[in-house]
Amino acid sequence: MTPQLLENFLQALFAGLTVGSIYGLMCVGLALIFGVMRVINFAQGEFMMLGMYAAFYFFTAFGVQAALGPTVGPYVAAILAGPLLFGVGYIIHKALIGRVSGTRAQVEGEGHYAQLILTLGISLIIQSVGLIAFGSILVSVRTPLSSSAWELGPMWGDLVSIFINKSRGIAALISIAVIAALALMIGRSRLGKSLRAAADNPEAATYMGIDVDRAHSVAFALGVGVTAVAGGLLATNYPFHPYVGLEYVIIMYAGVVLGGLGSIIGPFWGGMTIGLVQQLSTLVLPTQLQNTAIFIVFLLIVFFMPQGFFGRVTERT
Amino acid sequence: MPAALRSLAPFFVFAAVYATLALVITNSYYQLMMTLVLVWASFGLAWNLLSGYTGLVSFGHAAFFGIGAYTTALGQIHFDLSPWLLIPVAAVLGGVAGLLIGIPTFRLRGVYFALSMLAYPLALLYVFEWLGYQEVTLPMKRESAAAYMQFADHRIYTLLALALLAMIVVMTRMIEQSRFGMALLAIKQNEAAAEAAGINTLKWKLLAITLSGAIAGAVGAFYAVVLLVVTPVSVFGMLVSAQALTVTLFGGVGTVWGPVIGSAILIPASEILHAELGHVIPGIQNVIFGFAIVVLILVAPEGIFWKARDFAYRRWPALVAQPASGAPAQGTEGMPGTPAAAQPFPSGDVHAKGDAPILSVRGLSKSFGGLKAVQDVSFDVPRGSILGIIGPNGAGKTTAFNLLNGFLEPDAGQVLLDGRNVIGRKPHQLCAAGVGRTFQIMRPFARMSVADNVAVGAYVHARTDGDARRAAADAIDRVGLTGYADRLAGELTTRHLRLMELARALAGSPRILLLDETLAGLGHTEAEEVIAIVRRLAQDGITIVIIEHTMQAMVRLVDRFVVLDHGAVLVEGPPEAVTRDPRVIEAYLGKKWTAYARS
Repeated sequence: MTPQLLENFLQALFAGLTVGSIYGLMCVGLALIFGVMRVINFAQGEFMMLGMYAAFYFFTAFGVQAALGPTVGPYVAAILAGPLLFGVGYIIHKALIGRVSGTRAQVEGEGHYAQLILTLGISLIIQSVGLIAFGSILVSVRTPLSSSAWELGPMWGDLVSIFINKSRGIAALISIAVIAALALMIGRSRLGKSLRAAADNPEAATYMGIDVDRAHSVAFALGVGVTAVAGGLLATNYPFHPYVGLEYVIIMYAGVVLGGLGSIIGPFWGGMTIGLVQQLSTLVLPTQLQNTAIFIVFLLIVFFMPQGFFGRVTERT
Repeated sequence: MPAALRSLAPFFVFAAVYATLALVITNSYYQLMMTLVLVWASFGLAWNLLSGYTGLVSFGHAAFFGIGAYTTALGQIHFDLSPWLLIPVAAVLGGVAGLLIGIPTFRLRGVYFALSMLAYPLALLYVFEWLGYQEVTLPMKRESAAAYMQFADHRIYTLLALALLAMIVVMTRMIEQSRFGMALLAIKQNEAAAEAAGINTLKWKLLAITLSGAIAGAVGAFYAVVLLVVTPVSVFGMLVSAQALTVTLFGGVGTVWGPVIGSAILIPASEILHAELGHVIPGIQNVIFGFAIVVLILVAPEGIFWKARDFAYRRWPALVAQPASGAPAQGTEGMPGTPAAAQPFPSGDVHAKGDAPILSVRGLSKSFGGLKAVQDVSFDVPRGSILGIIGPNGAGKTTAFNLLNGFLEPDAGQVLLDGRNVIGRKPHQLCAAGVGRTFQIMRPFARMSVADNVAVGAYVHARTDGDARRAAADAIDRVGLTGYADRLAGELTTRHLRLMELARALAGSPRILLLDETLAGLGHTEAEEVIAIVRRLAQDGITIVIIEHTMQAMVRLVDRFVVLDHGAVLVEGPPEAVTRDPRVIEAYLGKKWTAYARS
């Protein structure tokens, strides 16, 4: 391997790891919703888009930039998008999705279809409202960090050095921190226990005095909030528009299927895999086929490891 | 198929009205809209054929649609072929794609299947972009326009679309009423039960996705002809797959009417909103459209068709006498004088093969992780006898059944049917070999009539639909449900559902019947009635193995008991001996009761 190839490989690897961490966070949000409620949320990409715009407006219009400056500001704004979208998710679940899911409807059979089309309708509304409210121009959260990098090396006798984009690196670290906090909360807290109980056996949980419908609302809101933070973190690196959700929702689904829907950490590795495949594929494939590479690797993994990385066989096959 | 034709009458009325309307309207914009309504209705029907009837939701039908669209576009550009030829070719390619996608993807179930289907059209989308087919325009043919399906008068496209839709509707209707449709519905309700009822589920699913892909391919091909421009996003995009879901789910799943209703409402609504409001505030039309979908789904979660039908059913029961899922008129061939005498299949072969046990179990073992669910279980079932398998909850009874009818493969041991080892055979093969079974948890096909529910079980031996109907009618008669044959299963009581499940197993003319807690949830007198029926079946020569966790009801029914505890055989013997056995009492009640029982 020539130093040049090695450098390209390591460069793509590190890019994949950082982007993969953010994708992982996105996937965790979607998986949380599915894991607890058994609902496929088609609007998750739109919630992520809202997270991006929330971060954007927190940063530019609501004084975060003025107060904290362009270096720290974007990340604070991204994290602030979480609680805001938590509220939005909670309301949407209470008002709409909770009416056709949870204890009020059987999850299998006809109820299942109603949830699908309901989230499709919601995604259409959010996209279009986004278009009206935000316009169709590409925007991004500007930070000087996105155009600077940490340099690892030079190594191997000054031949190889790797640049890690600072903005992505910080975003990756924040993603990991958010996931750690979430895992801790789900594993340890009373709320986390009620979520797990509601996921495991809604009926039994009801008899144990757990308000399953409320647990569903919380899980939905939490999932939306987590994905929104991931969106806010991406906003510093990638310009976006109101239809950006469609591009990422696919990555989310793929990551979630890879990681398995049963756990918190599984979808994170699923998202990470997608990030790595996406970045590493640029070494051998034209950029246009980046996404095709993702889907092919995705299908291969699904067929050869139908249980995913962390899922249970019985659930999947 | 006269019944099928009769049930199509409403559709042909609709088609005639629609055609008249299309001929009157001259505005080319509205003409295009009228064509697109039919295109999306057809595409919805393609999706419905797979997802609506089997319950396996596909998010990837754009793959077939796009393949079809690019087939016409590229075929005309590169080979100068006419769409008249290319549309059938597109159907073939779509079908092949369906088969190739189905073979690996059916390994997945439920939500994993649905999400994996997403990957196919999106992978193709980027491939077509990379190949440089960002925007492909069909070449205009001035001279022989009609030969290339190019018409100045847009009304002709609407009529062609109507013909395409009619073909698909007729096909769907025929499938609905054949054993194919029954098999798909059975898979949707409960794939395991369908397999146990003798249905080769993989075969039917593959057939469904192949047909569904073929239809979607043809529709996509026609779409390209109508719009003349094909882009990867407009035919492979996620919104295309979503369109199939939206029109079908909105109108109603699992009926030919659903996609037609959904498309007839949604497509004009979105187009008109687009035309009227789109230029005022861009995006507002989709907001209203989205809200309409959301509100409607909250009011009618199962779709417009089913909501309307349930309403009509309550309001004017006489008017909607037949379940709309398309049960053909019952009894035209089966009713006159089919008492037990005219059985098409001898259901118990009493005299065959002497005294050798019909079923022998030898050293059967199965573990799940560290849990030994069944350990070294052996017993014989003599021909024509009734064997009761009892044991406390978690003793391994249902696992033992799953090993007997092929749902599970044992870690060790043999199951001998007529002396031949049947380990490794699939449930539907065992069903065909004469092993019928019922389930502890009932999953009736709620929207189908009792007769249709039972007919699903009859197809395993029936050569024609008529044979299946007769076998079903006979099975219903044997469990005493004849008066309920035309009722919807969703309206039955627990007792009748149990009997219906029994009839479904009987319809496959089993020689040995495995009954899993058939008495569960029944009151004392109800249980007595079911027991009487089971006893009569045994007298007719069917060997019966029945699981229960309580003993009382069983004592007077069975010839022998096998008592399982912790996965192993605790005691085996005639009822009198077993009920007095201290080990059995201990397993059921704990040690301290053994002393009472002895004294």
